[in-house]
Amino acid sequence: MLSRTADHLFWMSRYMERAENTARMLNVSYETSLLPQSAAAAEAGWEGILSISELLPSYLALYKTITPRHVMAFMVKDENNPSSIISCLRAARENARAVRGTLTTEVWETQNQTWLEVNRMLKSGEFERDPGQFFEWVKFRSHLSRGVTVGTMLMDESLYFMRMGTFLERADNTARLVDVKFHAMQNDFFGAPNYSGTETEVTQEYDFYHWSAILRSVSGFEVYRKVYRDVIRPERVAELLILRPDMPRSLHASLNEVLANLKLVSHDPESDTLRQAGRLRAELAFGRIDEILATGLHAYLTQFLERVNSLGGRISREFLMPQSA
Amino acid sequence: MRQFDEMYSRLPSAGDPGEVRDHYLTYARWLKAQDSQSMASRREEAEMIFRRVGITFAVYGEKDEDGAGTERLIPFDLIPRVIAAQEWHSMEAGLVQRVTALNRFIHDVYHDQEILKAGVVPREQIENNAQFRPEMVGVNVPNQIYSHISGIDIVRAPDAQGNGEYYVLEDNLRVPSGVSYMLEDRKMMMRLFPDLFSQHRVAPVAHYPDLLLETLRASSPATTAEPTVVVLTPGMYNSAYFEHAFLAQQMGVELVEGQDLFVKDKFVYMRTTRGPKRVDVIYRRVDDDFLDPKVFRPTSTLGCAGLMDAYKAGHVAICNAVGTGVADDKSIYPYVPDMIKFYLGEEPILKNVPTFMCRKPEDLQYTLAHLKDLVVKEVHGAGGYGMLVGPASTKAEIESFRGALLANPEGYIAQPTLSLSSCPTFVESGIAPRHIDLRPFVLSGRTVQMVPGGLTRVALKEGSLVVNSSQGGGTKDTWILQD
Repeated sequence: MLSRTADHLFWMSRYMERAENTARMLNVSYETSLLPQSAAAAEAGWEGILSISELLPSYLALYKTITPRHVMAFMVKDENNPSSIISCLRAARENARAVRGTLTTEVWETQNQTWLEVNRMLKSGEFERDPGQFFEWVKFRSHLSRGVTVGTMLMDESLYFMRMGTFLERADNTARLVDVKFHAMQNDFFGAPNYSGTETEVTQEYDFYHWSAILRSVSGFEVYRKVYRDVIRPERVAELLILRPDMPRSLHASLNEVLANLKLVSHDPESDTLRQAGRLRAELAFGRIDEILATGLHAYLTQFLERVNSLGGRISREFLMPQSA
Repeated sequence: MRQFDEMYSRLPSAGDPGEVRDHYLTYARWLKAQDSQSMASRREEAEMIFRRVGITFAVYGEKDEDGAGTERLIPFDLIPRVIAAQEWHSMEAGLVQRVTALNRFIHDVYHDQEILKAGVVPREQIENNAQFRPEMVGVNVPNQIYSHISGIDIVRAPDAQGNGEYYVLEDNLRVPSGVSYMLEDRKMMMRLFPDLFSQHRVAPVAHYPDLLLETLRASSPATTAEPTVVVLTPGMYNSAYFEHAFLAQQMGVELVEGQDLFVKDKFVYMRTTRGPKRVDVIYRRVDDDFLDPKVFRPTSTLGCAGLMDAYKAGHVAICNAVGTGVADDKSIYPYVPDMIKFYLGEEPILKNVPTFMCRKPEDLQYTLAHLKDLVVKEVHGAGGYGMLVGPASTKAEIESFRGALLANPEGYIAQPTLSLSSCPTFVESGIAPRHIDLRPFVLSGRTVQMVPGGLTRVALKEGSLVVNSSQGGGTKDTWILQD
């Protein structure tokens, strides 16, 4: 297939996935903000969202203080913010439109419908009336978009590049989420190795909501209970989101999909792209959470993000924008 | 002025139901049984579907209120334009004849120029024509076909007896568009009114992409059994992008942009995820001027450098061929009936609109004497510019135009003002007659073929004769009723 076509498909899926993850994070922060908590903790939560997307400076250029209303407006409907939900949905739809002939009618109509609907919802004030409902809607449009893709597209390169985009983006987003959320707790947790047994009622309660919020943002709360059958412990949350191959939004599961789809489009056994992806996946497959925590979670995730980023760059150079004469 | 309506031989008026033509009788009975509420809701449904499917055309530099950026819908009218089978048969024969002669003409112009030598078409009309491409002289193209896809604009106007007479208004031989609306309008009608199609034997049109692909493959210079065909688009911000993507998808071929192509050793390749792949046939929706920056406009990024070298070497087919514009401008139009006689030895089946060529003294004299009744057009003008519509102009406008005409008679032609036929159309006030035209799409490969009918465009403003979508025109489904 045309390299440019593959490029549009890849980015269409990436943007849709990004919109979903943004909606997930905002939704959890929004729900958390409805709980009684200290103003400082609430602000830290909203600030975390901006840090995840590396948008704190551009936010502060627009607004003086961090308020839920402004962060939500900035992350949902600001067309000048390239990571806002509206920008992601626009980019997904523009990429789809550029290759609409390659998509099945259902895939294209799903993308187009999402775009028409989101404009209507933002204009009519539906979002402000019930942000939770809106975030759910974004999530479900993304589910629908993935479902209609898998359910109707011919299983050829087009589909493989779309899947690759989805999971590469998901790996990136989950890593950012874990990094920022653990960073927020670092002083309490990683600075104090003898964590258990010394905390007060209040912090225990706060911790529960903090960790369960992370889990819920990746639909992992029930999964956690099912897998560990235990109280929520940070190191297990980290293990679930980084190393468990059966947790659909974990780094390991995402890299499994990236690699599987990469193998399907790769026809060069010497491909460096394939080698890098394989290595990254192997480290997740054979890594242990205590080792990762011992070397430092933040350092580990920073490095992971760099490598995912570089993998994206290689996929682009090898398949999507080849510089052949 | 005399009027001709497609549906009524006598238009309805207060207290008079009018008189319906035979081929519209079943439809008229059906329409009478519909209440206006349900028709209005069908219309809304159609609009919603067109939006969801994204059947839009792009308007440059505009943003519409719902943030959909630069995309507009072309208004779709629910009432079909119906043509009886025997009328279509004669029109079809006329189209085959006309397009065959036009292709012969273009080949002749770039080779032996017999029609110029015989004095049928004046030499200066060709050689001074901006659309004449010297690069094409002596270049051989497969099957000697230049205009693979021709959009022939046909209008109907009443003759002295009030009978509707078809006239060719214009031949579009470069990159005619609109066929996707023909196909989508039919799909929409079948979705909205399935019962109508069980009551009428409407000739299908959905096989157009098949015929198109067959035509394009037949034009391949390659000896391989499986030539690679692509559609070349200027990109997603082009006004006809929907159509480009639609046709590529329907034919199952790649939709490419200039940046996807490159030429190496006079062969054209596209960049794919598995390395370069050779291209044999390019259905281009990009004008000549932008095709190859090495030969035409040097700043163009829409084409591909070296394309003309590959083309002239016979390594790739470009459809339509480069240089077809020499046969479709207004200064050549009056000669088409003569071409038909010259190349085919036949009488033209389809009429031209009578045209006065102001380069001829007697035509100029007639034109000057009848400016208030005529439409005068600049031969190289397009889109309604440089034009005088006599009956709609003031004395002062006519006088100032007279000056321009006298200064450069060669630059103008004149035609009688035609009263385009009308067809009942849904408008704000209910159902009312509006003026229409017809663009059939004629495909020339190994044979000349077409799907029955074409795209009917309708001027939605009362009394307006302008059917262009950029000026508020809409479209209608076109039915050829089989016997």
